[in-house]
Amino acid sequence: MSRNWKTICQLNDIPAQGARVLKRDDGDDIAIFRTIDDQVFALVDKCPHKGGPLSQGIVSGRTVTCPLHNWNIDLATGQACAPDEGCSGHIPVKLEAGAIFLALD
Amino acid sequence: MKKLKLVMVGNGMAGVRTLEELLKLTPELYDITVFGAEPYANYNRILLSPVLTGEQTLPEIMLNDVDWYAEHGITLHLGKEVVDIDRGRRIVRAADGTTAEYDRLLLATGSNPFILPVPGKELDGVVTFRDIHDVNTMIDAAANHQHAVVIGGGLLGLEAANGLAARGMKVTVVHLGEWLLDRQLDRTAAAMLQDTLQERGLTFLLQKQTAELVAGSSGRVASVRFKDGEEVPADLVVMAVGIRPNFSLAEQSGIYCDRGIVVNDFMQTFDPRVYAVGECVSHRGVSYGLVAPLFDMAKVVANHLANFGIARYVPAATSTKLKVTGVDLFSAGNFMGGDGHEEITLSDPVGGIYKKLIVKDDKLVGACLYGDTADGGWYFRLIREGHAIHEMREQLMLGEGAIGDVGHAGQNRAMGMSDDAEVCGCNGVCKGSIVKAIQEKGLFTVDEVKKHTKAASSCGSCTGLVEQILINCVGGAADVKPKSEKAICGCTELNHGQVRQAIREQHLTSLADTFTALNWRSMDGCSSCRPAINYYLISSWPGEAKDDPQSRFINERVHANIQKDGTYSVIPRMWGGVTNPSELRRIADVADKYDIPMVKVTGGQRIDLLGVKKEDLPKVWADLDMPSGHAYGKSLRTVKTCVGSEFCRFGTQDSTQMGIDLEHDLFGMWSPAKVKLAVSGCPRNCSEAGIKDVGIIGVDSGWELYIGGNGGIKTEVAEFLCKVKTHDEVMVYSGAFLQLYREEAFYLERTVHYLHRVGMEYIKQRVLADEVGRNELYARLKFALTFEQDPWAERTKGGVARHEFEALSIETVTA
Ligand SMILES: Cc1cc2nc3c(=O)[nH]c(=O)nc-3n(C[C@H](O)[C@H](O)[C@H](O)COP(=O)(O)OP(=O)(O)OC[C@H]3O[C@@H](n4cnc5c(N)ncnc54)[C@H](O)[C@@H]3O)c2cc1C
Ligand code: HEM
Ligand code: SF4
Ligand code: SF4
Ligand code: FES
Repeated sequence: MSRNWKTICQLNDIPAQGARVLKRDDGDDIAIFRTIDDQVFALVDKCPHKGGPLSQGIVSGRTVTCPLHNWNIDLATGQACAPDEGCSGHIPVKLEAGAIFLALD
Repeated sequence: MKKLKLVMVGNGMAGVRTLEELLKLTPELYDITVFGAEPYANYNRILLSPVLTGEQTLPEIMLNDVDWYAEHGITLHLGKEVVDIDRGRRIVRAADGTTAEYDRLLLATGSNPFILPVPGKELDGVVTFRDIHDVNTMIDAAANHQHAVVIGGGLLGLEAANGLAARGMKVTVVHLGEWLLDRQLDRTAAAMLQDTLQERGLTFLLQKQTAELVAGSSGRVASVRFKDGEEVPADLVVMAVGIRPNFSLAEQSGIYCDRGIVVNDFMQTFDPRVYAVGECVSHRGVSYGLVAPLFDMAKVVANHLANFGIARYVPAATSTKLKVTGVDLFSAGNFMGGDGHEEITLSDPVGGIYKKLIVKDDKLVGACLYGDTADGGWYFRLIREGHAIHEMREQLMLGEGAIGDVGHAGQNRAMGMSDDAEVCGCNGVCKGSIVKAIQEKGLFTVDEVKKHTKAASSCGSCTGLVEQILINCVGGAADVKPKSEKAICGCTELNHGQVRQAIREQHLTSLADTFTALNWRSMDGCSSCRPAINYYLISSWPGEAKDDPQSRFINERVHANIQKDGTYSVIPRMWGGVTNPSELRRIADVADKYDIPMVKVTGGQRIDLLGVKKEDLPKVWADLDMPSGHAYGKSLRTVKTCVGSEFCRFGTQDSTQMGIDLEHDLFGMWSPAKVKLAVSGCPRNCSEAGIKDVGIIGVDSGWELYIGGNGGIKTEVAEFLCKVKTHDEVMVYSGAFLQLYREEAFYLERTVHYLHRVGMEYIKQRVLADEVGRNELYARLKFALTFEQDPWAERTKGGVARHEFEALSIETVTA
């Protein structure tokens, strides 16, 4: 099954160790992260704790720290780092020739 | 690359903690093999006492089970005692013939209980109190026998006696000294303790020297006979008369030992391939029998085994706690005193309270508390911080509460709290869940408790309570440290002071350079260390180090305060709290235009627009056309003022103008934590200058300056710094103090905590006595501020950081 990839932006539109938000009319906002070594990840922009906007957090290594109460969320899986528990959904993402694509249904 | 081989002999608390630290630093460097004489994986030895009483069970006190070793690829030989080290061929051999080769060897053999050299010492029924085997033997004996004698009235002996009594035995404690715990307590306090324990059914025989353990007809011990001829019945004898470092294996193999395995500051023995850690070592002639220093050693060994080569073991004061439920006894540092030491004591035999503080050269060096140990953690931190105490000497005995430091609802006594009482008001955590987490998860530090329970992780005002609970549960093993000694975060071993110093001395100007130069463990730091280091860089090298927005908390990145629903608040600056009709009109128009749900007057004498959408921020700022109030930053917040002499009938000085001038003078100042000022026009102090980082009070003949006040979680009254005459002096003295704070405080340390750490004497020396230094401080502040502009104007006019405020949208669809 081929995925429905959509172009979102260029890698350079997102600062390294930062994130941008994709607003959607028909669903939750999506946070797209770029790590220091230019890996790209996408999560539903909602912390599993109390719904904080993860896109506004500090990105370090493969995690983002939620700006509201400092939970650490794994960028690849959306899972909260131990000992916290919970998961924000993650969205398949790919980086090709400097462009970022998301697989949205 | 072939991995190096690391062999560890001794599978106890210090050794395994070293492995944990090592795996954190470098999980792949070694193939690790562990030999343990005991048939168990690593357990929390200090909790053998509650296991003996029946308050806890063995499975609950396991720290690392066998699966842990397997998960980390560690070969574990349990029940195998190493009997030989061939240092030439680098092979260790266990009693059963198992061998292992090593490139590096770690000795962690702990200590042996001292056995009195009396006839009968090897009889059946004579035990020590050291490991699981001993505890099982005691539990069996308690089930089948009646009379127990514990030899030794120290902490360990009393914990053993209490446990056996809890299991229904009739227990006699025999002690050579004149009173119990003669190392900790004086006669009065010991008598209180003895009374309490006697009420619980224990019997004491003091000043008794054991001559012989006498066998009964079955061959098992039946009684204890003393030098004076007296004899008491005993089906079980527990020897708890002290421990000796276990260094026989090391000594046999030719490693230099002197009442312990002798190590240098890097925990290396005389054979450079062999390290030692734990109770078995002798460091600068001292051996330790408590967990906290051993864990510090573990960090040092791990650092060297990982080839980082930067850590040194520096001995620090230790603390102990008698772990007998319902009896509170805590001691820390040098609690015995001696020549040149002063003692402050409080003794209330009826109330059952005794406190002894030992002071030397104007510093607290030791404390011993009985009956009320709530302030134990606080004294212990004062001892370790080691600064002058004369300013608080009168209140010292009354405890932390007396100098204004209390938790929620004035609750500062964890002991009296029931299990369902709330400790952390921010996160709703009760005492019972904290105790449970400490015991089940094997926690030793407040940080670990924070992580696992969330208690003390928000506003932090219950940290003291959490600390007390921790001390109650794990005694002296509680890792209670002042912040100045703690590592910044898990990415490094270094503390704030060391990192600051390195940044200055090595002229580091970027985060990346800092991480490389200081061997950071993580690729790019974490959300704790990055903001701190970013601040240290820009404050140490203004104009040279580049601010890194990605290392700032969201509020400082977008120059507004994030709210719980992801919207922001906007607080424009109103210099000195003074506004005018045109500003007010603009604010009103903005509130209408952007549908701002709430407009509120803040406690900082200005107006807050709450619920602004992020993408509207630049437009809101542009329409307001007012500078940022920095209400979101670790920075200058507000300068509150009162009406002052221009209008007020009591006013002696123009406090409003002074506030406006100060606010302009300090505009854009980043600092370790937020900074608030206030200026009042007379001592009636309507601007509440007494609870500000810098508070200024006009008097007829000039201005009084106060520093280190704080109105927050714990109200702290600002301390008098000096009185000056002129307007310019107010600017320079305030600015110089703030620059000193900017240069020396740790990130997130408020002025009050900085002041307590370094002491008022020091501040006076730098800001008052040293005129040249004062002017230089002020000049450095002014220089740093030349690089700061209004962040709102930059973003509305210059389009700085546009990406922060614009959302993405879907452009194209591909198949
Ligand atoms: C009942 C009790 C209560 C305590 N309470 C407290 C307290 O409240 N606070 C506190 O700070 N400390 C307390 N302690 C002390 C604390 O437990 C010790 O300081 C700590 O466990 C020492 O750690 P270690 O790794 O050096 O030694 P250990 O934990 O003793 O580990 C050494 C291990 O090495 C093994 N070993 C020795 N020789 C060999 C060999 N040749 N081959 C293979 N294995 C070998 C031993 O069997 C042992 O398992 C208490 C101790 C006891 C017994
Ligand atoms: C450490 C604990 C504290 C936290 C986490 C905290 C948090 C906050 C937050 C989030 C705001 C912003 C509200 C908004 O967006 O408008 C705020 C504003 C404010 N806080 Fe606190 N605060 C703390 C301590 C204090 C203390 C100790 C005081 C006073 C003594 C204080 C006084 C104020 C004032 C006056 C404002 C209004 C903002 C202004 O005019 O600049 N806060 N605080
Ligand atoms: S504004 Fe301050 S006191 Fe009020 S809820 Fe927020 S943090 Fe607490
Ligand atoms: S502090 Fe003094 S001068 Fe200022 S308003 Fe109050 S009474 Fe007036
Ligand atoms: S909402 Fe993310 S940590 Fe609370």
